[in-house]
Amino acid sequence: MKNPTKKKKNRYLLTGGILSGFMTALIVCGFFWTPYSTTAMNAREKLQPPSWRHLLGTDNFGRDVFSRVMQGAGTSFLIAVMVVVIGCAAGILIGSLCGYYGGIADLILMRICDTITAFPAILLSLVIISIAGSSESNIVLALGILFIPSFARVVRTQYAGIRDLNYIKAARLEGVRTPRILYAHILPNTLPILIPALTIGFNNAILAEASMSFLGIGIQPPKASLGSMLKDSQNYLASAPWYVLGTGFMMVVLILAFSLLSEGIQQSTT
Amino acid sequence: MKLVLKKTASLIITLFIVSLLAFLAFQIIPGDPTTKILGTNASAQKAEALREQLGLNRPVTERYLDWLVSFLQGDFGTSYSYLRPVSSLLADKLPVTALLTLLSFALTALLSIPLGIASGSMRSQAADHLAVITDQIIMAIPPFFFGIISCYVFGVVLKWFLPGNYIPLSENAAGCMGYLLLPALSLALPRIAMTVRMLRGSIRDELTENYVLTAKSRGLSRREILLRHVLRNAMIPVVTFLAVSAAEIMTGTIIIEQVFTIPGIGRLLVSSIGNRDYPVVQAIVVLLAAWIMIVNFLADLVNHWMDPRLRS
Repeated sequence: MKNPTKKKKNRYLLTGGILSGFMTALIVCGFFWTPYSTTAMNAREKLQPPSWRHLLGTDNFGRDVFSRVMQGAGTSFLIAVMVVVIGCAAGILIGSLCGYYGGIADLILMRICDTITAFPAILLSLVIISIAGSSESNIVLALGILFIPSFARVVRTQYAGIRDLNYIKAARLEGVRTPRILYAHILPNTLPILIPALTIGFNNAILAEASMSFLGIGIQPPKASLGSMLKDSQNYLASAPWYVLGTGFMMVVLILAFSLLSEGIQQSTT
Repeated sequence: MKLVLKKTASLIITLFIVSLLAFLAFQIIPGDPTTKILGTNASAQKAEALREQLGLNRPVTERYLDWLVSFLQGDFGTSYSYLRPVSSLLADKLPVTALLTLLSFALTALLSIPLGIASGSMRSQAADHLAVITDQIIMAIPPFFFGIISCYVFGVVLKWFLPGNYIPLSENAAGCMGYLLLPALSLALPRIAMTVRMLRGSIRDELTENYVLTAKSRGLSRREILLRHVLRNAMIPVVTFLAVSAAEIMTGTIIIEQVFTIPGIGRLLVSSIGNRDYPVVQAIVVLLAAWIMIVNFLADLVNHWMDPRLRS
């Protein structure tokens, strides 16, 4: 007999999980090994079309595009992870305190968060970079700070809803200390909302870094990132279209993988 | 009416804070603008004279008020690198960006609403899956990558246009619109996918409401129910979303103008950041920020006007 409570197959979770797992494996592999050197130039192999030797062809310096894409995606990936970690950690701290205690500080902080989220991340990070100068740590810091409000808002709503539930009241009566209530009792229950927010944030961070590097104010050459590679490859649109297409395709698959994953997680928890 | 006043007051306060932050942010930059204009080996006297001329020797509060008053009067200061008033620089560039934004917004609204209604009222499972997958893929394509692809396909392969050869509106209106069509579409596509997805979800939700059942039992056709009753409610969140999109499309032009080398304020902003031409950066940032705030404010008003539940 069929089990009537058995959940419908979650295709998003499956495809998203497989795709993002594959992309993560490829990227992690790229940190240690790439098919060719990512920096060695080879004048004889300039702008070669894709072949079995070079899956995505070669660029204007004769470097293997696939190897560079692996490494470039790694740069973008690391930056996005750090941005999300900064944004999420600070967001949890602010959101939990605001949601749990409420009051005037909560009101003011959330008002500030709303104002910041009203601005597109790219505009604010452009301002910060133009003032602080362009370096990898500045990009991470600028984007990290800009990602705090979105997490803080999500976390706050959750905490404000949970703080008056009976199990929290019981914990308080038992004399459990507040930090423990905040992060051992409430936090795990925010995860169904927090995890999709993390994957969406990750995608936004990938996009933001790529946009900044594409504008030439992000990652500087010779280091590769998906955005800086797209910027370079645009100059060889006519002579080496595979350079653009390979790099862009990698970015699209990376973003698609994680948005499917977050869609899947959202569906499986509701 | 009271609400409008309250919201307007809040808008003005936020705009004031934004202007203050924008002013202060550019005060803490290390380095002297006079070195930027005169070069590093200018004499101290010359630099001092220029400081006096630019008013850099006065206290910060006085300079802020001065800056704010002249900003409101349309005087945005002088560009360090072009040595021209910023307002005259912007006067050349702003119409281009505004036209691009308008075109892109029109595309978003005109394509996403019919598509959203169509996909929301579809009953075929297969078509639904297809719509969902298409949505996801389009949302994953960054506008600048779509822009580059369309440069390749329509510019390099099909030779329908010459990438990088922007045609000014004054020269050839049709040619200009034609050139702006692809950048506008690049900006619009992910927005269209998001709006379609939202409208579909919103229609699906409304279709389960009791009033739909009532209408059905009164003998109304599915089409009538959809267009006359469901859509009215389903459009509320979508209209707000579209209004907010107008702000995001405007900032999206910063990148898309680079891809298609369109001489708008986005290109000016990026080159000014490179040149450390702060008066230009400051003016563009404040104007964009004001635009975003005003659009959000209007979106809020539209939302209240459309949804009676929010009025009480």
